[in-house]
Amino acid sequence: MCNTQTKSRTIFLSLIFLLFAFNQAQSEEKIKPLEVDWTFKGITGKFDRASLQRGYQVYTEVCASCHSMNLLSYRNLGEKGGPEFSVDQVKAIAANFEVEDGPNDEGDMFTRPARPSDKFVSPYPNVQAATAANGGAYPPDMSVLVKARKGGSDYIYSVLMGYEEPPQGLELDDGVYYNKYMDGQKIKMSNPLSEGIVSYSDGTNATVSQMAKDVTTFLTWSAEPHLETRHKLGLKVIIFLIIFTILVYLSMRRLWSRIDSEK
Amino acid sequence: MSENYVPSSKFGKWFNDRLPLLTLSKHLTDYPTPKNLNYWWTFGGILTFCLISQIITGIVLGMHYVAHADMAFNSIEHIMRDVNYGWLIRYIHSNGASMFFLAVYIHIFRSLFYGSYKSPREIIWILGMLIYLLMMATAFMGYVLPWGQMSFWGATVITNLFSAIPLVGESITNWLWGGFAVDNPTLTRFFSLHYLFPFLILGLVVLHIWALHVPGNNNPVGIDIKKPSKDTVPFHPYITIKDLFALLVFMIIFSGFIFFAPNILGHSDNYIEANPLVTPKHIVPEWYLLPFYAILRSVPDKLGGVILLFASIFILIALPWLDSSKVRSAIFRPVYKIFFWILVIDVLALGYVGAMPAEGLYLLVARVATIYYFAHFLIILPILSRIEKTEPVPLSITEPVLGGMPKTEMIRSDKKNV
Repeated sequence: MCNTQTKSRTIFLSLIFLLFAFNQAQSEEKIKPLEVDWTFKGITGKFDRASLQRGYQVYTEVCASCHSMNLLSYRNLGEKGGPEFSVDQVKAIAANFEVEDGPNDEGDMFTRPARPSDKFVSPYPNVQAATAANGGAYPPDMSVLVKARKGGSDYIYSVLMGYEEPPQGLELDDGVYYNKYMDGQKIKMSNPLSEGIVSYSDGTNATVSQMAKDVTTFLTWSAEPHLETRHKLGLKVIIFLIIFTILVYLSMRRLWSRIDSEK
Repeated sequence: MSENYVPSSKFGKWFNDRLPLLTLSKHLTDYPTPKNLNYWWTFGGILTFCLISQIITGIVLGMHYVAHADMAFNSIEHIMRDVNYGWLIRYIHSNGASMFFLAVYIHIFRSLFYGSYKSPREIIWILGMLIYLLMMATAFMGYVLPWGQMSFWGATVITNLFSAIPLVGESITNWLWGGFAVDNPTLTRFFSLHYLFPFLILGLVVLHIWALHVPGNNNPVGIDIKKPSKDTVPFHPYITIKDLFALLVFMIIFSGFIFFAPNILGHSDNYIEANPLVTPKHIVPEWYLLPFYAILRSVPDKLGGVILLFASIFILIALPWLDSSKVRSAIFRPVYKIFFWILVIDVLALGYVGAMPAEGLYLLVARVATIYYFAHFLIILPILSRIEKTEPVPLSITEPVLGGMPKTEMIRSDKKNV
């Protein structure tokens, strides 16, 4: 009896294993993204503050010419758990941008320097304008980009590092670039990073991988601004639950010992 | 039981004479419960917790959410970013749905293993299946609300199923959509219904528990209570503390998801705002609906797929009459026990292929597993329950079995098996 049971179980388990193996073989055609030892990984993970600030610099000097981040406000840059720029720095950053406001008392729209409470100013007035200006490919909003891509931070970093000369024999259309981590290896964004394209104010050497790391850290924060609070609170909650569970377990044992000793 | 319960305080008596609420609560705590229940029986309490947790977090989310096609996606991000602990409430709610289904699947399979659906508990089982059906509808509509790519295209795929119905299919689909495609009217009605259904579930849960309190709990050996004084313990404190312990263990796992892997059970495409012009590469439902998705796709004909999909759920309602074996617990049904485990693996396999593209080997496995699923309920169980030679059941929960095996060992061996 038991034998048949084990047998049928083995058959089915091996069938499932086969499926997994098949799937594995299929996905191996795709190149695995690079893995980075991010500081925000793991249950006590935190953002590297300096990296976030540098990442914002990369975003604003490089990415922001095409990519919007319309879920973020300038005030977020000064909030706890983020880049934590000082209040004055945030005001100064915001003041660099012009936003449309109004209507005023005469009924006219006017522009003014942005305030910390304003949303990040978008490079294009609307999606259509962004699409038209970029060869028919809309540069996606980057606010939650890290969460919107399979592979998350590693994937974003990999794409930034994945520009290569196309393999021989591969014809690419105008405005299409080869990137080995992109789906289908084709991307409509030209390589955005090159050595020294930004000069970091903290003196860090602006290598491509450094910039890619910094901007990915920044984008991870922007997608999950409460990550640090979440990790901290999570640890407390789980420690509390474990202690409570042990106490309840001991009380339960004591209570049930009356019943268990009855027979 | 204390039918003639008298409250001690004067006010209590005055109130109870007019509305016997206190008698009712006494009735609940007086509930005698088999003393041999194992941890698989704690999922009823866990599910009650899940439902209440979903309702409370859902009500709070509803205060900040905007049910409009242009604003829904951003309102979710507003909750995640600007609402105090909004991220926590939303992650509890979204992961809570998964935990709810995890618990309900264990609860259902526990019932299958120990024959809890059999006489005299058929109504409990049917009510349970209706709850499960409503849960699926609620979860599906809830997944649409963030108005991401998977929300939109999931809604499109599922609502399109109804168009397979001959003659009236198209009208029904348009009626569900409130237009000629999934759009703002679809979102607003899904929000309204997503808010309503949990309270229907709550009502059914009350009936489910009420129906349970008539015959009392089934138990691992699956026999009726012979001597209440020896075979049962009072629900409180013995079962309440055991349920609490199991619930806490469950909450530790739940918290692990909420705080350290909150998006692992979701699909990354749902962080992209819905776009009717861009179809995602693979449209997949949430993990807990995957077995049914696999059944749907295993049939080459659309209408056939839809029929099989609904049949796979409704067949469960007929289960108490498909399985006519008098012995409830699989412990004493050696052959049924094997088929039970094959069914578990079958459903897991269906879930796995449901997540994969419907082609090649996956499609073949989906078809075989679908056929087996129906064969289990329509062929194997009716025949097996007539011809199976069951093992002797114990005289009572506390008495040794006829063969002389002491009860405690049996329960232990059963635990190992599960």
